[in-house]
Amino acid sequence: MLSNRAEKTVSINEAGLSLASFSLKEIWAYRELLYFLTWRDIKVRYKQTAMGAAWAIIQPLFMMLVFAVFFGILIGVPTEGMPQLVFYYAGLLPWTFFASGVVNSSMSLVNSSNLITKVYFPRILIPIAATAAGLVDLLIASLILLGLAFYYKLSMGWSVLITPLLLLLTIFLTLGVGVWLAALIVKYRDIRHALPFVLQIWMFLTPIIYPVVVVPHKWRWLIHVNPLTGIVEGIRASLMGRAPDKQALMISISITTVVLLIAIYTFRRIEKTFADLI
Amino acid sequence: MGPAIRVKDLSKCYRIGGLDAGYATFREMFAVALVTPFRRLRGHRRVPGETVWALKDVDFEVQPGEVVGLIGHNGAGKSTLLKILSRITVPTKGRTEVYGKMGSLLEIGTGFHPDLTGRENIYLSGAILGISRAEVARRFDEVVEFSGIEQFIDTPVKWYSSGMYLRLAFAVAAHLETEVLVMDEVLAVGDVSFQQKCLDKMHEIRSQGRTILFVSHSMPAVTRLCQRVILLEKGRMVNDGPAHEVVNSYLGANWQLKATREWDDAHAPGNEVVRMRRARVRDRAGATTESADIRHQVGVELSYEVLQPGHVLAPKVDLYNEGGVHLFASHDVTPDWLQQPRPKGHYVSTVWIPGNFLSEGNMIVYASIVSHTPATVLHANAPHAVTFQVVDYQNSDSARGKYVGAIAGVVRPLLDWTTDFSEGKGA
Repeated sequence: MLSNRAEKTVSINEAGLSLASFSLKEIWAYRELLYFLTWRDIKVRYKQTAMGAAWAIIQPLFMMLVFAVFFGILIGVPTEGMPQLVFYYAGLLPWTFFASGVVNSSMSLVNSSNLITKVYFPRILIPIAATAAGLVDLLIASLILLGLAFYYKLSMGWSVLITPLLLLLTIFLTLGVGVWLAALIVKYRDIRHALPFVLQIWMFLTPIIYPVVVVPHKWRWLIHVNPLTGIVEGIRASLMGRAPDKQALMISISITTVVLLIAIYTFRRIEKTFADLI
Repeated sequence: MGPAIRVKDLSKCYRIGGLDAGYATFREMFAVALVTPFRRLRGHRRVPGETVWALKDVDFEVQPGEVVGLIGHNGAGKSTLLKILSRITVPTKGRTEVYGKMGSLLEIGTGFHPDLTGRENIYLSGAILGISRAEVARRFDEVVEFSGIEQFIDTPVKWYSSGMYLRLAFAVAAHLETEVLVMDEVLAVGDVSFQQKCLDKMHEIRSQGRTILFVSHSMPAVTRLCQRVILLEKGRMVNDGPAHEVVNSYLGANWQLKATREWDDAHAPGNEVVRMRRARVRDRAGATTESADIRHQVGVELSYEVLQPGHVLAPKVDLYNEGGVHLFASHDVTPDWLQQPRPKGHYVSTVWIPGNFLSEGNMIVYASIVSHTPATVLHANAPHAVTFQVVDYQNSDSARGKYVGAIAGVVRPLLDWTTDFSEGKGA
């Protein structure tokens, strides 16, 4: 009997215990729920839309055309010898995933209050699923980028294999910012009002519509502190068959790691009180 | 074997009002930071947020296979207790331990998404409640059949009627296969036939030897399903014992057991035809009594005033036991007034309930006055009019005999038994 008892699952809840302290083991145990939540988010996103998942393609393509017309043709922003469409699309690819991932996951906890107050599971699955739901869009958009690269006969070479790694870095960055904001918004609802213009500013601080070289040296650091800079520039370099800027990449990786750690710490701190606050 | 659920010195404190109430905003933080020093200057002390103890020093254990009911008024802390057990919120003090795979049902339909179909929602809510996809697939047909909405299973649930929604939601929940089940008021939904179906399902779950902790406001459900009941009051555990005893004392305190009731003009049940004036429980001698010996007759006396002549009226009494079971309905069918319209005036009718008929416990009397000719009309209706207690004394000549334990059944007749006996070995 005793040995039998030892094998049993024990759920303990006590004062001061950090609920569902971030453990990969627990997330693994709930992987099926993560899968379902992601699947639900994808499914619901395109329900009752006439064009369905085509929106995943239309959005970045349309932005690409707008940028090409306004910044490329009208203003004449230099694109470092890259075909304009590829130049803008390479920037929009990680940015679109990042921005929509952050918006979706930051609101995900508040929008799931009915779940959080009624049933237990690792809460971190909610913002993770909200971010993961954008992966299908990212995959489709990546294939389009590849198609564009082939169309323009870019001299890619092996360096292009760095792009998936850079996208992986984008995913981690999105998770970090999304999880962090999701937890904060449960407590401070103001953030959701600030988020749209913060993202707007962030987009202009990311070299999407311009190459880093046009930024005066005095201000370069501001652009490089942004972890997305290394990613966007890296994707462009890899498409052109160049090696990415190692220094910029190291900055991206370090900042992403720091953001993730802060996110997990904040999430654990606030997680205990979710059900009481939401 | 140890307990299935252990709750130790559990307390949960919520703040009401004060700084931490609701959502903190940056603006509030700034405002407080700016204002506080000036308040101090003016001699104001910082007012701490008012706190309320939703639970205070609750301590109990539930053994494996036990079905325990949790009752109490709204705000007694029942739901908070379940939320802590389900690990949805953390206690302020103390701890809970649950041994075995736990399923918690604080609300049915948790995780249902309106845009997804019934089929999709079954899988989703299965995942949320911790059932694997393979298991849901295995029991899918059973779940759908239980819900009785086969033809709508591929329709988004936002187009379901609320009844269909609840059926589906309960069907999913009912097929949870966990060792410990914690549930909150899930039976208070749906129509009567579906509620019966749910109760049957709960019986089935119980008979499988699983541990259930169950919150309900429905005393019949609690007494029928649970052996043991815990009564919470303002966050404290005030009673813990056999279901009938605890429910009994709870109902007693609730309804202020009254064997007599009088109505003034403003509150007298009735219409322009007839008004009820008084109801009381009486013994043979005519004295009002709150407890009746199980062996003796007890009378329910109704006084009423006929305001409009020309109606054939019948006083009627419905008796319920403390579990909410409707024991009988009886209206006056004596020939005197069966067909004769009643003139204006004051009437007193008494119905005599025989001895050795009711079981022991609390009885609740619903009194009413009806017409059956020409059509059935309910003229006056007084639910919970009066209550009384049927007492079976030890060592009396009642149907109890020499047995001292609890006797099951809603009635306890003293029946004739015959036995044939012949000496020697059986043939």
